[in-house]
Amino acid sequence: MVSVTHDESGYVPPAEVEEVELHHAHTFIGKYVFSQDAKWIGIQYGTTALAIGLVGLALSELMRLQLGFPSVFSFITPSNYLQYVTMHGLIMVVYLLTALFLGGFGNYLIPLMIGARDMVFPIMNMVSYWLYLLAVLILVASFFVPGGATGSGWTLYPPQAILPGTPGAGLGIVLTLVSLAVFIVGFTMGGLNYVVTVLQARTRGMTLMRLPLTVWGIFTATIMALLAFPALFVSAVMMLLDQTLGTSFFMPEIVLRGQHLEFSGGTPILFQHLFWYFGHPEVYIVALPAFGIASDLISTHARKNIFGYRMMVWAILIIGGLSFGVWAHHMFVSGMNMYFGFFFATTTLIIAIPTALKVYNWVLTLWRGNIHFTVPMLFAIAFVFTFVNGGLSGLFLGNVPIDVPLAHTLFVVAHFHMVMAVSPVLVFFGAIYHWYPKITGRMLDETMGKIHFWITFIGAYCIFYPMHYLGFLGVPRRYYAVDTAPFVPPSAQTLNEFITVAALIVGTTQLLFIYNLIWSYFKGKPAGSNPWQATTLEWQTAETPPQHGNFGQALPAVYRWAYDYSVPGAAQDFIPQNQPPAARAAGGAQGAR
Amino acid sequence: MMTPLVVVVLIMAVAMIWLLRQTVNVRPWIEEQPLDNASSGASFSLPPATVGLGVFLAVATSLFVLTICAYFMRMMAADWRTLVFPSVLWLNTGMLIVSDLAMQSARAAARRAQMDRVRVGLIAAGICSFAFLAGQIWAWLQLNASGYFATANGGGGATVGPANSFFYLFTALHGVHVLGGLWVWGRTTARVWRGADAARVRLSVELCTVYWHYLLVVWLVLLALLVPAVSELCRGRLSF
Repeated sequence: MVSVTHDESGYVPPAEVEEVELHHAHTFIGKYVFSQDAKWIGIQYGTTALAIGLVGLALSELMRLQLGFPSVFSFITPSNYLQYVTMHGLIMVVYLLTALFLGGFGNYLIPLMIGARDMVFPIMNMVSYWLYLLAVLILVASFFVPGGATGSGWTLYPPQAILPGTPGAGLGIVLTLVSLAVFIVGFTMGGLNYVVTVLQARTRGMTLMRLPLTVWGIFTATIMALLAFPALFVSAVMMLLDQTLGTSFFMPEIVLRGQHLEFSGGTPILFQHLFWYFGHPEVYIVALPAFGIASDLISTHARKNIFGYRMMVWAILIIGGLSFGVWAHHMFVSGMNMYFGFFFATTTLIIAIPTALKVYNWVLTLWRGNIHFTVPMLFAIAFVFTFVNGGLSGLFLGNVPIDVPLAHTLFVVAHFHMVMAVSPVLVFFGAIYHWYPKITGRMLDETMGKIHFWITFIGAYCIFYPMHYLGFLGVPRRYYAVDTAPFVPPSAQTLNEFITVAALIVGTTQLLFIYNLIWSYFKGKPAGSNPWQATTLEWQTAETPPQHGNFGQALPAVYRWAYDYSVPGAAQDFIPQNQPPAARAAGGAQGAR
Repeated sequence: MMTPLVVVVLIMAVAMIWLLRQTVNVRPWIEEQPLDNASSGASFSLPPATVGLGVFLAVATSLFVLTICAYFMRMMAADWRTLVFPSVLWLNTGMLIVSDLAMQSARAAARRAQMDRVRVGLIAAGICSFAFLAGQIWAWLQLNASGYFATANGGGGATVGPANSFFYLFTALHGVHVLGGLWVWGRTTARVWRGADAARVRLSVELCTVYWHYLLVVWLVLLALLVPAVSELCRGRLSF
C-alpha cells in the first residue's frame, strides 16, 4: 500500500504507484499486428468478432429463406440447413458475443476506466487474441472440409454429433471441437488479464466501489467464464476422444443399420451436464457486461446518477453466483429426478429477483432524468425493453410442466433470442455508438445511426414476437420443413414468410451500420475528448484516441464514483472522476449536495 | 457426483463473499472522501503475477474438478471395469514428490540469496519433472502394450474398460499442466544461469514452487482416484 498525504484543500498528488514497463513497439507489425497495447488488441478482437458475426448473420438469413419459402432455394438442402443452425448458434454465442464483450470491450475499456496504462500481462494478452483468431479460422475451415461443418446443433449433443448421418460428423465436428478448445485456452489468457488488472492495477482512489458498472459487469462475467469454460473444454476434449480414438465417454451402446458400433456404456447425459454447466453461465457471461454497459449508457445519457449503485453491484454478483446453480433447467426434457427438477426450477425463478432489481433501477435512473435521445441511449432503452420481454417468457420456461411441451418449439427460439441475442446485441450497438468517438476521434453519423436503430429494434420484434405464437401452435424448431403437420395451420406459413421478410430487412440494415463505421472514420464529425460529457476516466485522457500508455505523464487520481451527474451546485452537470475537490470548489461549487 | 463440485462452489463463494465484503458499508455516492492508504490502487499487497497464478489455479481446479465429476458419473455405468493399474505410477509419484521438494529447497535458497543452491534445486526439480513425464508416457506404453488402449470395450475384450480412457485423460490433462510449469521453469532457470541476482528471480522461483505444490496435490488426488481399491469404494458409494 502506498502512503498518501494530502493538504487541507483535499488535493492529493498523482498516484505514486509503480510505473509499469510498457512495451513500445516501433515497427508497423509491432504496433498494429502483434500489438501488446490492450486498446489495439480490443479493436482486433472487436473487428474479428464483428466479421465472424456477419457470417453468423448470413447463416441466419439462409435459414430464414428456407423457413419462409420452403423448396424455393434448391441449394439449401436439409443437411445445409442443420449446418446453418449449428454454426449460427456457435458463432453468435461464443465467437461474437463472448469475444466482443470480454475480448473487445474488456480490453479497450478496462485499463482506461480503472486508470491503468495497460493490462498487467500484455504479451499473454496478445497471444490471447491470436489464439482467438486461430479458433475462428479453424471454425470457418470446417465449412470447407469433406462433409462440411457440423450440423448437430450448437449444443453438439452426442451421440448424434459424431454419428454418420449427422452432417459434418467427421472432420466438421473435429474442427469445431478443436476450435472451441483453442478459443478457451486463448480466452483463459485474456481472462486472467482482465481479472488481475481490475484487482491490482487500479489507479489511486479507484476503489472497487468507485468502478463504473461496465467494469463490474465485465469483471464478474470474466470470473464466471474462467470457472465455466473448463466444463466446455473438458467435454470438447472427451468428445474429441470419442470421435477420434473411439473411447466411450459419452457414447452408449449403439446398433447402427444392424451393425454393432464399438461403443458401450457412455452417457450422453454426462455431456449435457458438462455442456450446460458451461452453457447457462454463458448466458450471463454475455448478459452481465451488457448489464454494466447499459447502466453506464443510461446514466450518462440521462444525466443522472445510476439508481442504487450498490444494489446494482450486488445484483451482478448474485446473478453471477446463482447462474452456476441453474444449468439443469436446459435438461428438463432429458428426464430427471423430480426433486432435482424442482430444485433447478426454483433456482431459475429466484434468479429473476436480482435481474428484476436491475430493471427497476434502470427505470428509476431514467425517472425524471434529463434524457437525451442520442443513438446510444435509444439502444440502451431498447435493451431494457427487450430484456424485460425476453425475461418474462423465461419465467414460463423455468417451470418444468410448461418447459416440457414448449422446449422443442419456436417459443424457446423466441425466448432466448429476445433475452440473450437481441438484448446484448442492442447493448453492443449502443456501446459502439457511445465509445466510437473515443476509439477513432470521430462521431458516428447520427442519421444513419437512428435509421439503423429503428429498423433493428422494430425489425427484431417483427422477427421474434410472432415466433412465440408459432411456438404455442407447436411449430417445432430445428426442422428443415414442416410440410403437412395437421396442427400447423396454413396461416403459420404466412407468418413465417413475414418473419423472413423482416429478417432480410434487418439483416440488410446491418450493412448500413458497417458503412457508417467506415464512412465516419474518414468523414465523421470530430468528437473532441469528451463528446458525451461523461465522468469516467476514459473520457479524461489527454489525447483522443488515447495513445499507448493511456494517460500521458501521470496516472489520474480518482476522487469520486463514476456517476456524479447533475450534482446540485456544481458548475457543470457532470464531475469527472479525477477532478479534485479543490478544483471543483474553484469552479464555483461549494460542495453542497 | 456432486461432491467435487463443492470445491468449485467454494472457490466461487470465496470470490463472491470477498467481493461483497468490499461493498458493504461503502457509500461511493458520498463523494470526495480523502484518499488514504485504503484507497490506493491494488486490492492485494501482492505482485500481479502472484494474483495471476492464484486465479489460474482456480481455473485449473475447476477443470480438474469437473473432470473428476465426469469420472464419478461415468463410473456408475454397467460396463465399468477397474483400471489395470500400471505399477510405474508409484515411481512417477515419487519423482514428482522429489521434484517438489527440490523446488521447495530452491525457494528457501532464493530467500537466503544462495544462488548456487537455487541452481541445484531448480535443475533437480526440472530433471525429476521430466522424469515424471517420461514415466507417465512409460505407463501409457505399458497399458498400450498390454492391449489396454484408451478405447472402451471396442474389440479389446472384457478387461478393457472406460477407466482406461479416464486414466489417459487424467494423465494427459495433468501432464499438459506439468509441461506449462516446465516452460516457466525453463525461463526461470535460464535467467538464473545467466547470473540474475536473487532479488530478480525470487518471485519466479516462489511462484514455480507454489505451482509445483499444486501439481503434486492434484496428482495425488487423481492417483488416489485411480487406485483400484479407492475407485471400487467410490463406485460402491455412488451406486448406493
